[in-house]
Amino acid sequence: MEHVFFFYFAAVIVVTSVLVVALRNPVYSALSLLIMFFHVAGLYVTLHAEFLAAVQIIVYAGAILVLYLFVVMLLNVKGEDRYHAQLPVAGLLGLLLLAEVLILAFAAGRPVTTADGVRQAVAEAGNTEALGELLYSTYLFPFEVASLILLVAMIGAIILAKRDIFDRTVKE
Amino acid sequence: MTVPISYYLGLSAVVFLTGVVGVLIRRNIIIILLSVELMLNATNINFVAFSQYFQNVAGQVFVFFALTVAAAEVAVGLAIIIALYRARSTINVEEFRLLKW
Repeated sequence: MEHVFFFYFAAVIVVTSVLVVALRNPVYSALSLLIMFFHVAGLYVTLHAEFLAAVQIIVYAGAILVLYLFVVMLLNVKGEDRYHAQLPVAGLLGLLLLAEVLILAFAAGRPVTTADGVRQAVAEAGNTEALGELLYSTYLFPFEVASLILLVAMIGAIILAKRDIFDRTVKE
Repeated sequence: MTVPISYYLGLSAVVFLTGVVGVLIRRNIIIILLSVELMLNATNINFVAFSQYFQNVAGQVFVFFALTVAAAEVAVGLAIIIALYRARSTINVEEFRLLKW
C-alpha cells in the first residue's frame, strides 16, 4: 500500500517538475509547480511529517506561488520561442549526473546504523509537538536567525522593488 | 513493508537534476527561479526521508529553515526581477550581459 502511494506521488512529482522546465508559458509552468507542491505535501504525509505537509501547502502553494503568478501577470511576458543555446551540453550534463546519483543511491551498500545525538521518535507524541520542542530548545538560535533573514528579505524586497525611493526622500 | 530510502533518493535526484537542467537551458528568468524552487524541494524530500529513516526529527527542522530561506529568496529574487524589467524591459537572461566578457 505504501508503495502504491509512493509511486503515485513520485510519478506526478517527476512529470510536473519536467513540465515546469519544458513548458513555454510561464503561467503553465507555475501552475504545474503548484501541482508538484501539493504532491510533495502528500509525500510528507506518508513520511509522518504532517506539520511540514501543512506548512508546505500554506507557504509554498499559498504564498510563494501566488507571488510568482503575481509577477508573471505584472510583467505580462509572452512565451519564449526557443531554449538556450547550451541545451545539448546541459542535457548531457544532467543525464550524466542523474546516472551517477542513481547508481550511488541504488547500488552502493547503505548504512544501517542510526544517527548519533538526540534521538526522537518522529511518529509518536505528535509530529508538531516534537518539532516545536526541538525548534525552541536545540535550534533556538537558528530560529531567531531565520526571523532575521525574513526581516532582511522584507526590507530588501521593498527597497529593490520601490521606484525612486531615494529621490523622494531627498526631495522631502 | 516500507518504501526503501533509496527510492526517495532517486526521486529527489531526478527532481534536483530537472532543476539544474532548467537553470541551464531556460532563458526566462522567472522559470530559472522556479527551477531553483524545484532544487530546494528535492533537498527537502531528502531531509524528510532521512528524518523518517533515522527516526530523528531534526531533519524536519532543517526543512523548516530551508522553507524560510526559500521564502526570503523568492521575495528578493522577484524584487530584483521587477527592478531588472524596469531597467531593461526584458526578462531574457541573454540580454543581461553587462558582467560578461
